[in-house]
Amino acid sequence: MNMLASSALPSVAASPHAGQLGSVSHVMLKVMLALAPATACGFWYFGWPAFNLWLVTVLAALAGEALCLRLMAKPVVPTLLDGSALLTGWLLAVSLPPWAPWWLGVIGGLFATVIGKQVFGGIGCNLFNPAMVARVALLVSFPVVMTGWVAPIGLTGAQAPGWLESLQLTFGGSVPDAYTSASLLGQAKTELSRGVSLLQTFANGLPVSWSGMRPGSLGETAVLLIAAGGIAMMLMGLITWHIPVSMLLAIAIPAAIGHAVNPARYLDAGAHVLSGGAMLGAFFIATDYVTSPSSRGGQLVFGAGCGLLTWVIRTYGGYPEGVAFAVLLMNALTPVIDRAIKPRVYGRNWRGQPIAPRKEN
Amino acid sequence: MLQKLFKFNGGVKPATNKAASTRDPIKPVPMPRQLVVPLHQHVGGTPHPLVEAGEQVLKGQRIGAADGNVSSAIHAPTSGRVLAIEPRVMAHSSGLSSLSVVIEPDGEDRWIDTAPMPWRSMSPDEIRDELRDAGIVGLGGAVFPSHLKLKPGNEGTHTLVINGAECEPFITCDDLLMRERGDQIVRGALIMQAMLKAQRVLVGIEDNKPEAIAQMQAAVQRNGTTSMQVIAIPTRYPAGGAKQLIRVLTGIEVPHGRRSTDYGVQCFNTGTAYAIADAVEKGRPLISRIVTVAGNVERPGNYEVLFGTPMDHLAALAGIKADTDRFIMGGPMMGFRMPAYDVPVVKATNCVLVGSEALFPAPAPEMACIRCGECARACPADLQPFELYWHSRAKNFGKAQEYHLFDCIECGCCAYVCPSHIPLVDYYRFAKSEVWARERQKDAADVARERFEFRNERIEREKREKAEKLAAKTAASRAAASSAPGAEQGEAAPAAASTAADDSKKALIAAAMARAKAQRDAADQAAAPVATPPASAPDSAPATTAPAPQDRSI
Repeated sequence: MNMLASSALPSVAASPHAGQLGSVSHVMLKVMLALAPATACGFWYFGWPAFNLWLVTVLAALAGEALCLRLMAKPVVPTLLDGSALLTGWLLAVSLPPWAPWWLGVIGGLFATVIGKQVFGGIGCNLFNPAMVARVALLVSFPVVMTGWVAPIGLTGAQAPGWLESLQLTFGGSVPDAYTSASLLGQAKTELSRGVSLLQTFANGLPVSWSGMRPGSLGETAVLLIAAGGIAMMLMGLITWHIPVSMLLAIAIPAAIGHAVNPARYLDAGAHVLSGGAMLGAFFIATDYVTSPSSRGGQLVFGAGCGLLTWVIRTYGGYPEGVAFAVLLMNALTPVIDRAIKPRVYGRNWRGQPIAPRKEN
Repeated sequence: MLQKLFKFNGGVKPATNKAASTRDPIKPVPMPRQLVVPLHQHVGGTPHPLVEAGEQVLKGQRIGAADGNVSSAIHAPTSGRVLAIEPRVMAHSSGLSSLSVVIEPDGEDRWIDTAPMPWRSMSPDEIRDELRDAGIVGLGGAVFPSHLKLKPGNEGTHTLVINGAECEPFITCDDLLMRERGDQIVRGALIMQAMLKAQRVLVGIEDNKPEAIAQMQAAVQRNGTTSMQVIAIPTRYPAGGAKQLIRVLTGIEVPHGRRSTDYGVQCFNTGTAYAIADAVEKGRPLISRIVTVAGNVERPGNYEVLFGTPMDHLAALAGIKADTDRFIMGGPMMGFRMPAYDVPVVKATNCVLVGSEALFPAPAPEMACIRCGECARACPADLQPFELYWHSRAKNFGKAQEYHLFDCIECGCCAYVCPSHIPLVDYYRFAKSEVWARERQKDAADVARERFEFRNERIEREKREKAEKLAAKTAASRAAASSAPGAEQGEAAPAAASTAADDSKKALIAAAMARAKAQRDAADQAAAPVATPPASAPDSAPATTAPAPQDRSI
């Protein structure tokens, strides 16, 4: 007891003194785990070039983050270890054409973390989803490369490029024509613009695929694995159903109505939900904490906005795919949504006034 | 009858750590060498000392008188000699001192003469005064004087809630009290029910305390009352917050800034009910309480502790482990780290939580908020803690208040779940104290402005009065001067006399006019919206100089 007696305690720490063992890195790690199966499936379908692209994109994102932190004299390693830059690079990579050349991944990765994130002040401060900022920047700057899809010929198939060949594809020339293919959305847009009705274009049936064996971005095609990852995130308590469900419904419902009215002009709901980045966007992109509203009501509005805009852009816009644009537009609206839709505070009504006493019994 | 339970949103489920301290019954504490009894142990005014150094006191003797009605009395916890009345370090993180009565026990522990209160024949006001003088305050931790809460609400009080939830980890003092002394808790609750004229009493206990629930139910049965129900509620921190418990038991949400009485509900801690029964049935004031000693000790347990007992004296009984580096008063969620080991146990001390770096490791470095919303999901007040954090951090206090900063009960759930390890509650405490400081500053400025305006007015009034006096005096002397020659002349013409009379009349009129003008000016100035700066003194000059030309005109 003498040891303790009357010795002043060293410092004052305020409550709570206990805490949970969570951390930002844990959160990011769980999201990456949820995203891993769909990504691995992407590698399986699109082969080594996809893996190469994923690697350079992630590395570029990390390098961009490290460079900015260094320039701003902030701790580099601890911040990189939070996993957010890695996840940003990863999300960008899975939204790129799988056989895109290395420089596309590098420019995109750097753009995502430098312009999309660190310029705004780093993690938690960015207004727009960094991966989508980079994707849109690339799409606008390099439209041909960004829409150069390949058929999923597999990692080990007879035509599939081997590892060395893949290095040549990624770091060397362009994608050989033999491999290129058109996406459903791209084909629909092109043919419609030529005046060919959808009924004619897809006379042999819509090339939709539950398995993900279709041309598309690296990690967006394996819709079932993406949905499974999304549900896993819900079960882990990372996200709630509000944004994914409202976004998918807001794509499917207008699509279904349009298709019912004029099947020659409008793709059906299944084609919309299973094509492009709808699934990936609904579960992994639009649910980004930083750039989406926080209240449940706000999330429903946000998801619905993303979905509806996606359908509008796909159907009437100049680009065949609209998820990235839709998410960015709704990101811009997030502060407004957050201001307009707040949860009801305990003991107060929706307008924030105290609930009046009422007679009990 | 099955009670329908309601839910509150949010909350967390930290490890309860309660089992270890509930193995043994409540134990006594050997008399310490000295008792340091702070006079201020409750919300409200600081009691005045009633004793002097050197005086002998008896156990239960009042040594501090309540300062007004929003205060409570303080009593000697044992018989002995008053060594000093001096500032001693308080049981508060600040390490500040407060006036305390230092008592050296004489070992006899001799009570004052006590007698039961004939409370059924007393008026409610009389009972409340007695409870105030018995030092009864809320023992759940808020230490609000109980007598102030024992009044039916304007619309009547239909429900009395007895809070036995005890949701903070480690703390088991209410649990043990309910297990061992349920009968007296029930009797105390019935006294409160009678005072409040409440139709029913609901005893809410978290369902992780099955023994306490069983004992309390048995106690209610033994008592035979039919209006009291013991209800198990789901274990979820902070179910023991008064507003949360009221919500769970009655479904009523009491907003911030409103009292539950306005909604027909009043809430007391089990320990308070026990203490009230002590005061009413035995005439014994509040001089001790049950305190849990837990955390980094060999034998966690509960003790009946006299107020003023040094915490290290108490904790030593439980066997403090070697790596101990802190005492926390209260639990790990809302407790305060003590500034020293020998601070006294006070009425608010429900637990001495012995801590070490291993038990409560320092949080990982604070990282940026990623707006994950975990805090909002955990908030029992349904606030958006991350918005409060942003605005508090930016010192944008108006915005923070827009997000209902003051509805925060500082339960710590948000900081507990934050993956970025942001000490969120600290930010809210900072913002709250800043807002209070600014309000105080504004109040002080308002008072200063009023005082300044009053001073200006006074100076003016004095000038005016002086001028009036001067005018009257001049007029009088003139009148005297003009009438005097007449008197001297003896047979003065009546005309002369009449002139003199006219002159004095004129002087009076002139004085009256001057007065009226001065009043008009003063009224004009009072009507001016802004405070008159000192430079405005020349404005009041006409009031003083006005009579002069008129004087000359005479």
